Amino acid sequence: MAGSTLASPSADPVLGAVTTAKVISPGRETWRRFRQHRLAMASTVILSLLILGVVIGPWLWPVPINEIDFTAQLQRPSLNHPFGTDDLGQDILARMMYGGRISLAVGLAAMVVATTVGVCIGALAGMSRRIVDPILMWVTDLFLSLPQLPLLLLIIYLFREQLKAAFGVEGGVFVLIVVVIGGLRWMPVARLVRAQFLSLREKEFVEAARASGATKMRQMVRHILPNAIGPVIVASTIEVSSAIIAESTLSFLGLGFPPDIPTWGRLLFDAKDHLDSAPHWALFPGAAIFLTVLSINFIGDGLRDALDPRRVI
Amino acid sequence: MATYLLRRLLIAIPSLLGISLILFTVLALAPGDPFSEMATNPNVPPEVREAIRASFGLNDPIMVRYLRWLGAMAQGDWGFSFASRINVDTLILQRVPTTLFVVGSSQILALCIALPVGIYAATRPYSVFDQIANTLAFVGFSLPTFFTGLLFILIFSVSLDWFPFVYRSDIAATGWRWYWEMFRQAIMPICVLGLFQAASYTRYVRSAVLDVIRLDYVTTARAKGLGEKTVTLRHITRNALIPVVTLVALQMPAVFGGAIVTEQIFRVPGIGSLLIDAILANDTPVIMAVTFVFACLVVIFNLIADVLYGWLDPRISFS
Amino acid sequence: MNEQDLRRLIANVKDGALSRRSFIQKVAAVGLAAPLANQMLAFNGVAMAQNATVEYKPTKAGGGGPLKILLWQAPTLLNPHFASGTKDQIASRIFFEPLAGWDKEGNLIPQLAAEIPSKTNGGLSADGKEVIWKIKQGVKWHDGKPLTADDVVFTWEYAADPATAAYTTGAYKDITVTKVDEHTVKIVFKEATPFWADAFVGVTGQILPKHHFGEYKGAKSREAPANLKPVGTGPYKFVDFKPGDIITAERFTDYHVKNQPHFDTLEVKGGGDAVSAARAVLQTGEFDYAWNLQVEDEVLKRMETGGRGKISAVVSGDIEFIILNPTDPWTEVDGERSSVKTKHPTLSDPKVREAINLLIDRDSVQKFIYGRGGIATASFVNEPKQFKSQKLKYEFSIDKANKILDDAGYKKGADGIREKDGKKLKYVFQTSINAPRQKTQAIIKQACQRAGIDLELKSVTASVFFSSDVANPDTYTKLYVDMEMYTTTQPQPDPERFLNQFTSWEVATKENKWLGRNVSRYSDPAADEAYKAAQKELDPVKRAALLIKVNEIFCEANIILPLLSRTRVAASVNNLTHDHSGWDVDTWNLAAWYRS
Repeated sequence: MAGSTLASPSADPVLGAVTTAKVISPGRETWRRFRQHRLAMASTVILSLLILGVVIGPWLWPVPINEIDFTAQLQRPSLNHPFGTDDLGQDILARMMYGGRISLAVGLAAMVVATTVGVCIGALAGMSRRIVDPILMWVTDLFLSLPQLPLLLLIIYLFREQLKAAFGVEGGVFVLIVVVIGGLRWMPVARLVRAQFLSLREKEFVEAARASGATKMRQMVRHILPNAIGPVIVASTIEVSSAIIAESTLSFLGLGFPPDIPTWGRLLFDAKDHLDSAPHWALFPGAAIFLTVLSINFIGDGLRDALDPRRVI
Repeated sequence: MATYLLRRLLIAIPSLLGISLILFTVLALAPGDPFSEMATNPNVPPEVREAIRASFGLNDPIMVRYLRWLGAMAQGDWGFSFASRINVDTLILQRVPTTLFVVGSSQILALCIALPVGIYAATRPYSVFDQIANTLAFVGFSLPTFFTGLLFILIFSVSLDWFPFVYRSDIAATGWRWYWEMFRQAIMPICVLGLFQAASYTRYVRSAVLDVIRLDYVTTARAKGLGEKTVTLRHITRNALIPVVTLVALQMPAVFGGAIVTEQIFRVPGIGSLLIDAILANDTPVIMAVTFVFACLVVIFNLIADVLYGWLDPRISFS
Repeated sequence: MNEQDLRRLIANVKDGALSRRSFIQKVAAVGLAAPLANQMLAFNGVAMAQNATVEYKPTKAGGGGPLKILLWQAPTLLNPHFASGTKDQIASRIFFEPLAGWDKEGNLIPQLAAEIPSKTNGGLSADGKEVIWKIKQGVKWHDGKPLTADDVVFTWEYAADPATAAYTTGAYKDITVTKVDEHTVKIVFKEATPFWADAFVGVTGQILPKHHFGEYKGAKSREAPANLKPVGTGPYKFVDFKPGDIITAERFTDYHVKNQPHFDTLEVKGGGDAVSAARAVLQTGEFDYAWNLQVEDEVLKRMETGGRGKISAVVSGDIEFIILNPTDPWTEVDGERSSVKTKHPTLSDPKVREAINLLIDRDSVQKFIYGRGGIATASFVNEPKQFKSQKLKYEFSIDKANKILDDAGYKKGADGIREKDGKKLKYVFQTSINAPRQKTQAIIKQACQRAGIDLELKSVTASVFFSSDVANPDTYTKLYVDMEMYTTTQPQPDPERFLNQFTSWEVATKENKWLGRNVSRYSDPAADEAYKAAQKELDPVKRAALLIKVNEIFCEANIILPLLSRTRVAASVNNLTHDHSGWDVDTWNLAAWYRS
């Protein structure tokens, strides 16, 4: 570490804001900074549109998702089928809107699960100077080394029927998938957070907080965590795309949603053998995943910059 | 430091034992058995399948099977594969060189792209370069490898006819031709994997550098009149490396474990394809051996990462 | 043509009044295929065809350069008696040969045998209990030692020993094999056995060299070095093997057929998926031959347009079919669901089953999904032709299905789903994971929807679905669903053993750990009786009639809904002449492959 930090990196944005411009609350201030981030604002709009599209789209475009029409196989985009059709002549737009609900929900929910678990475990391990760290790292190592496929088969076999009984077919599978994807992907986040904590907990501003009587919890949540958030945001945004894709792998293995539910990942997977003759089939779901990932990433960037007090926007 | 290392290594033994027990239990409980392909064939009567199950010891209680495995393992016997009925260590050793070559090269490729691009992008946030790098990175990790692999095959093998897409471990050529053939067949899998990895690495590097670039000591370094290059390399990069080290340490076991999807697409005979074949055939001894070696590597690289943290940031202590 | 006419014709052939060829043409004219005719003649004492179905043109052995075969599932072992899947059987057949193999028309072709046993040559006894095989003279193992009757007898001892844990045990455990002289062996069956061509024939029959495996019988079988470095009699000699990856071999210069084989070296690469295997042959020509291309025909056709390679499909005994569960999969009785003691609330009604059978659009499934990979059918047994029911017909009619259900009192509710006495026509329809199957599910689901039947689709990964794991509810034999679809294999051109899945003593239950072969759990005394009679019947025509009856009982009850008679699809480059068969593995006649 070259030199000492003159202004502590965690110089409390709230304090700073309060002393200079009296009435702006921290939330407002963040929002103001966020709004200045043009890409983030554009991304928020895009993501909202995507969500809106999959939620109300099926009402505006009431074409059944499983209407098989052999006379319209693999058609290119046209007025009848704006996104074209697949090899059973099913309308890709309708399928994408239906499947998008699941893909987006799974992606976002799994991201939340993985990030929450990862941050909690990483933070606890990073703060602990005693036995908690080795134990949590052992758990992390264990999860990292578990072979995912047999484990998934086991989990599905053990819990599918119960969850189906409790939440219904789609609900049960949804809970299962979110838990499975989130539960098997928190480890990188935990390791990243822990590494940041190991470094940050020795810094002067934490020492200062400790000296002024901040509890461990407060040190963790108010002082260290905001400074460790950078990699977390990157990791969690990458997580959204991984989760959407992981869902398709799961359903391909028969572990996810029933085969007739066209999630984006599944559409992409089904389209791959027809990539040379019907590129549109892969293009639209691929673009949808890309747009989701892109907008979530820019929102992440915007949030990061908005939360960073040293950046003047 | 030495005592710390020793202590960690000693802790590693019981923790690996614990992991192995859990792995074994999961594998034993996981559904399926090694005889599925013959299932609908009336020439293999059920009694035969039952007899083979018994001869493989699959009907014994899990604890008995675990202890038997552990005992054999302690004597260096890895067991034999149900599918090929040969020793597991032979099978794995056959696959190691190819895996290290393909997956290792792709990791190096990923780092070679991600480090310079990420650092450069972070030093000029929101510049044109940064925007392009970001967009490409997003494309990179929103497309799964099964998709990019296929795209590569369609473009470079089918349309352009530049590279073969079936990886062969027995190239019948010598001298420079051998190297040339090797390069031709390895380039696509390495790129598919490397670019996918580079995409997320780039994002992490950029974010990590952004975190430190605005810290005061960097400004101080500049104020001291140090050159931009020195500042970037000595002051910024070193401090931004912690998340990168974490990620690389997370990925290193995968260099051994292989990359299942990419290996399948290009038929690379690596550990990943061995593992997935074993999983699909419920070949427990092979799965157990591969995952256990993998677990050991996870633990070791976790330790290495911890040591590296201390070197990168001397204030980190593991008292 | 009735039985009498047939017998007269056969007698004419025997007397020489009718040539073999014109006999086959005559019976073919009334819809009986060549294999049937051949088998009739064989049983009645006329020798079978001695040449295989492919004409071999090269005039010298060798000189063909390398042959490259791509299997998308990689072989993991080379001992034919341990082969746990087709991929291993294909690989081991390169090095080992049986006494005889099956060609694509279902004819038995001698390989290591000097001739096919028949009544005329004294090979088959009149009581159907003995078979005498004459072994070809002058056959050498790859290490130069001669093949003798001792090797054949040893192969029986090896495979019959339960401690060896061979997958082929089924063919050997109930027979005794004795050496008659250096080149003759005798098989004795316990019972009269109409279908005798099982031991030493085709995939289960590959002969092992006693001098390499002699010490490794029984429990020590795994330790034999020859398991990994095979020494056989086949056209290509072992060079190298990496399990799950690649096999290399070179021409065996002392091969026992003149001028064969054509290629100098052989490479068999494994791994990947079927679509890209087809691509490597049809589009880039990196490989010469790819096997078992279970790919949508549409995709294959597009690849063929490149003009580099071609697709060939041969008939097989595999059948893709649906089971309608007559027992209740949702109630547990004595620790098992789908117990034979229960009755399905709605599927036990024959009218409902009849309606569902009308809702399967077999023609579309064939046309748009399987293409050359399957032939729509209503009969469970389709090949060889003499065993196919001519009576069973299929139809696709949503209107008729609706009418049947209306008449049977199933009324549509508010949600469009029919019900009667509060029992809804809602079913779970399960299959294994495989793209064409999922599409077939979708097509059936849509048709059912239009008739007021709701299907919930479920797909299970194949390694679980086809396992015999007692603890798992998703295996195909548990049948813990209302409907199930899969393909079952009829490995030899005779359906007797295949049809044991329609007998009452094979019903899968908890008692037999769900290992019984009758997955549908349906049974009919008439079917049992016909099956038992067929097992003893030595007259091929009567026997065929009995087996057809078993098939018809199950299909007419609409318990078994056959969809497609599957074919084996392979891709090869244009200049390769190959010979694959639906009754044997793709490499059964590898020696006769050549490049023009």
